Amino acid sequence: MFVFILKRIAFMFITMVVVSVLLFLLLEISPGSVATKVLGPYSSEEQRNLWLEQHGYFEPIYVRYLSWLGNFVTGEFSESIRFKVPVSEVLWPRLGNTAILGIAVFAVMIPLSLVLGILAGMREGSKLDRTISVTSIVTTSVPEFASAVFLSALFVFWLKWLPGTSGMAEGFNLKELVLPVMVLVLYDFGYVARMTRASMAEVMTMPYIRTAVLKGLPYNKVILKHALRNALITPFTVIMLQINWLLSGVIVVEFFFAYKGFGALLLEASLNQDIFLIEACAMVAVFVAVATQTIADIGYTYLNPRIRFS
Amino acid sequence: MANATVTTTPESTHWTALKRAIRSFALFRESWIGMIGAAIIVFWILVAIFAPLISPFDPLATLQPFAKPGTTFVKGGTFLLGTDHIGRDILSRLIWGSRTVLIYAPLATFTAYAVGILMGLAAGYQRGWVDDVLSRISDIVLSFPVLVLYIIIIATIGASGVNIIIAITFASAPGVMRIVRGLVLDLRSRDYVAAAQIRGESAWYIMLVEILPNARGPLIVDACLRMGYVIITIGVLGFLGLGLPPPDPDWGGMINETRQMAMAFPHMALFPCMAISSLILGFNLLADGLREISLRD
Amino acid sequence: MTARGDTPILEIEDLNISYYTRAGEIPAVIDFTLTVDRSETVGLVGESGCGKSTVAWAIMQFMGNNGAIKSGSIKFIGHELNDLSDEALRQLRGSEISMIYQEPFAALNPSLTIASQLMEVPITHEQVSKKEAWERCAQMLSDVHLPDPQRIMHAYPHQLSGGQQQRVVISMALLSNPSLLLLDEPTTALDVTVEAGIVKLIADISKKFGTSQIYISHNLGLISEVCERVYVMYSGEVVEQGSINSVFTRPKHPYTQGLFGCIPLPPTDKNAAPLRPIKGQLPLPHKRPRGCNFGPRCDHFEAGRCDARNVTMVPVAGSDVVDHRVRCLRWNEIDGRGPPAQAKAKPPIELGERVLEVKHMQKYYEVHDRTIAAFISGQSIRFVKANEALDFDARRGETVAIVGESGCGKSTFAKVLMGLECSSAGELRHEGLEIGNTLVNRRSSQQQNALQMVFQNPNDTLNPSHTVGAQIARVIEKFGIEKDKNKIRERVLNLLDDVKLPRDFYFCRPRQLSGGQKQRVGIARAFAGNPSLVIADEPVSSLDVSVAAAVTELLMEIQREHQTTLLFISHDLSVVRYLADRIVVMYLGQIMERGTTEEIFAPPYHPYTEALLSAVPIADPDIEKREIVLEGDLPSALDPPMGCPFVTRCPRKLGEICEQERPLMQSLSREHAIACHIPIEELQHIEPVISVSPASERLRAK
Repeated sequence: MFVFILKRIAFMFITMVVVSVLLFLLLEISPGSVATKVLGPYSSEEQRNLWLEQHGYFEPIYVRYLSWLGNFVTGEFSESIRFKVPVSEVLWPRLGNTAILGIAVFAVMIPLSLVLGILAGMREGSKLDRTISVTSIVTTSVPEFASAVFLSALFVFWLKWLPGTSGMAEGFNLKELVLPVMVLVLYDFGYVARMTRASMAEVMTMPYIRTAVLKGLPYNKVILKHALRNALITPFTVIMLQINWLLSGVIVVEFFFAYKGFGALLLEASLNQDIFLIEACAMVAVFVAVATQTIADIGYTYLNPRIRFS
Repeated sequence: MANATVTTTPESTHWTALKRAIRSFALFRESWIGMIGAAIIVFWILVAIFAPLISPFDPLATLQPFAKPGTTFVKGGTFLLGTDHIGRDILSRLIWGSRTVLIYAPLATFTAYAVGILMGLAAGYQRGWVDDVLSRISDIVLSFPVLVLYIIIIATIGASGVNIIIAITFASAPGVMRIVRGLVLDLRSRDYVAAAQIRGESAWYIMLVEILPNARGPLIVDACLRMGYVIITIGVLGFLGLGLPPPDPDWGGMINETRQMAMAFPHMALFPCMAISSLILGFNLLADGLREISLRD
Repeated sequence: MTARGDTPILEIEDLNISYYTRAGEIPAVIDFTLTVDRSETVGLVGESGCGKSTVAWAIMQFMGNNGAIKSGSIKFIGHELNDLSDEALRQLRGSEISMIYQEPFAALNPSLTIASQLMEVPITHEQVSKKEAWERCAQMLSDVHLPDPQRIMHAYPHQLSGGQQQRVVISMALLSNPSLLLLDEPTTALDVTVEAGIVKLIADISKKFGTSQIYISHNLGLISEVCERVYVMYSGEVVEQGSINSVFTRPKHPYTQGLFGCIPLPPTDKNAAPLRPIKGQLPLPHKRPRGCNFGPRCDHFEAGRCDARNVTMVPVAGSDVVDHRVRCLRWNEIDGRGPPAQAKAKPPIELGERVLEVKHMQKYYEVHDRTIAAFISGQSIRFVKANEALDFDARRGETVAIVGESGCGKSTFAKVLMGLECSSAGELRHEGLEIGNTLVNRRSSQQQNALQMVFQNPNDTLNPSHTVGAQIARVIEKFGIEKDKNKIRERVLNLLDDVKLPRDFYFCRPRQLSGGQKQRVGIARAFAGNPSLVIADEPVSSLDVSVAAAVTELLMEIQREHQTTLLFISHDLSVVRYLADRIVVMYLGQIMERGTTEEIFAPPYHPYTEALLSAVPIADPDIEKREIVLEGDLPSALDPPMGCPFVTRCPRKLGEICEQERPLMQSLSREHAIACHIPIEELQHIEPVISVSPASERLRAK
């Protein structure tokens, strides 16, 4: 078990290193284009060479990579081209905003999808089950950008209940958070609910559930003690991996609602070829994704005594 | 099934094939969810095929900006779904836009599958270092948040139809590979595979003839689901302004161009959103119906 | 619910149960009547799909979503179970009526400790304190002879062996001292020697606690050893019932008689007295014939009479035992020995030259141990000795059986022989050529063709995506036996004739075939290229008795015709006794004893062979067996004992020497050898395990 955790963590770091190499190769392989992106297309040849010289771009590629990596690890990112400030100054506040959004989404989505999934899976084939299943297929079929349009049309244009943008210009405003959260929950909960349902339905057909019933246990005890323990292992993993999906979702939602978060920053950086910002954002995104995956894997083995004790 | 049901003679091979086709269709009919999904998909395919015949206006022509749905055009005809900010008929653009999505989405799914299946077969059947290398590569690709991956790829290599297919293949093939690998790991321990090995069949014969056909059920279901994701991806890229370059109609792009006006003219973005959602719903319902049937049989 | 007077524990009357599927209503159990008296053990025997388990679920009132009791009554100590409220039923389940299941591992919750799964029984039913519950559970675990109950209480199910898991399930069922115990194939998933221990435990329980039992099994032998009365079921109906003695020695129903013709009881022999398979196969539940369900398969079928209307149970008049009943119109007219024409004696096969030679063959697997302890001690690679120093040979036309329980290495040997794995050391020669180190792809086409295999699992042996014809044709095409398309097809059709399948099957897909038919196709495929050696890995163990007999006979017949050498891998000594010329007994990767069939079945025995012989249930009340029940479970192949592999369970263990030194093979004759430290002279004085009482009626009739 301990060796397993070590291996997972080691794999996590290897992934990070490989990703950093790939990013480096993709974005910084030719110093000329880096200089052009930094100094703009109208800079002169001499200006660029001077800049490259100053920033050590004439060193061999592996030296450049290692010093680049060193800066990364110590958190010393370069300066953003677009914002003209050190990358960390824009990155961290934006990440905080996205974390608020993410926590809000999970706080709504997890209870909602687990309850629906368990109710549906408990009695497979019942009316409730079919209603929940079809509903979740429909909601997962509406991508975030489409549900954002639908919900804005409804709540902003017709009902005029909620603000259409979430720029938070006058400080934090809970009302502005409602629509982004709603959009993300609407798209995500169906998937988690279906996974929970499938897991619960499968567990309910297991012989050990039959054993529990035929032992004469009351039905609620069969569900709470015997079924849930096993049925919630899969949803746990799914929810952890959902963080990876959420990172994609926030890009769309933040872009749509002009929410000043990490996703919007990444998109802005890519659209403006702000390479240092792209690098930083991509590394952070991959770190979050890989870290949650690692936690999911470790958690899965921990929840599963069959793996834990062998 | 009892041998009593088999009354065909060895000569009637076409008959049995036909009967099987009829029977699987009859099975399919029992899943109304799957039927609705199939109907939606067929509807959009027909729309795409007959686009020149049914679209009321030229999708690129700028006719009358900001027309609400139902507005009559001065030169004849009605903007059933209104026009966009530069005066193009939204219905016509939707109809022509179905072609874009129905060409690129299947193409991208197909290439992702071709690559993923080959990787999955090799990894699952050969095991050893082939498996290690391929699995590690796919782990790394899959550890990216999908959209981040797309944005980086498209931002680097530029937005074009071919590049979108490349990006989708790159990002989806590892997922397909994981599924295929899992299926192969299960199927390779079957006795009929051992029987083929004992006959001295080559590895590729076993992978393609003995194993792959038996993995088709879950793969078809997954392909439908993945098609939905690919449509979403193409839509999202268009929405973020990373999709096909204008002016060709593209649903995601239409939403991107008009979403700024959504507060005042919600119809401009609303209808493309409905179109894309319905098509995705079609594939998701079809996948669910197919899964239901495969579980029954 | 308290017992009153001499009311039977369970009375079932005219019970009808149906399942409702997309295809419509399917009657699963028809007009079922049964009585269980106090502390009586009643057997329910039949092949798969006959409805025997459905009866158990009905008693438990646990019919699932699509099943329902249509009519009839189930009375438990005079109380109608069909009318009970959910709450009353809940109080009954697990306290008055308990059940023991076929697969113990699946029946236990994988993520709860044994303690928490056991303790909830007394806590729920008797509201005892946790402390008392713990003590009672630990006591019960030691009552079912589990070593170290405290450790087991803390364990999770996967940390126990199959036999231990089943003992836990049994103790769970007994915790509330139920009046009725339902046992649904409780030993089917276990190894024979482990099974023997469980069977003995179950028998002791009924004596000790006076529990009434319903024992459900497909195995006539087990039923005969465990039960007092038996109900034989066929296609949803009881066809015959009575005391074990009466039914097993004088079966009246043609189906019961047929079953006995299908199982290799000691007097049968592949040459002198072959098996008599029942023709045809079990009807599908929605395609049952009119009148007698067994009609189409019956040799005594009389058109216009047997298929006129439903047959009812009638008492067997004149029998000395009361309550022997049979569902047959002609029971009085038939003599019950089946048509002798089918059981023609055949001359023994002439044995030819040596086809296979195995000398000191070894196969080790590397296992990487990834625990920290192994990492620190530097022993992160361990070896599983799947095959250790195998020595035997096989001649042309000969049937050599390899017998052993799970983990004995018989399947590993098959893999090495087929070239799916390489041996680690020693020699493996086929027709004089070394093949142990040549993987199948490196072997010549001729060698590939010469060595073929018949597999165990009928659902796995054929590729579901290709037609039956295409799969057989591929073999012929691959080995270039025929080139022309039409000739290949002609040959495939002939092969289908050979395995007694209709030619129509050419275009069938495997899922249209029954298990027995699939095995026949598997045999046709193995013999398509006319191989010199076929290895059959438990080819009939997952088939029903009546089908298995037919497939066994077919395999023997084709082998006889082609003069093929057959290596028959099995765990079932009675099948092996029936068909093998020579037997190799294996345990944990090593040969314990080898010799001709007669030599293996008569003393001197290896102590393991002796235990194995005693463990195999025999469906003949006249046969007497010496009871040898082995302690404990099979050791893990990862961690075998240092000396003799059998030392941990051997009832004749000498002492230190058995633990420290590996015994050498002691030769008794040209063929017979035993690997044991006990001197041969001593082994020679051992009594035979199986003895047939001279008064046996069945024997006299043969």
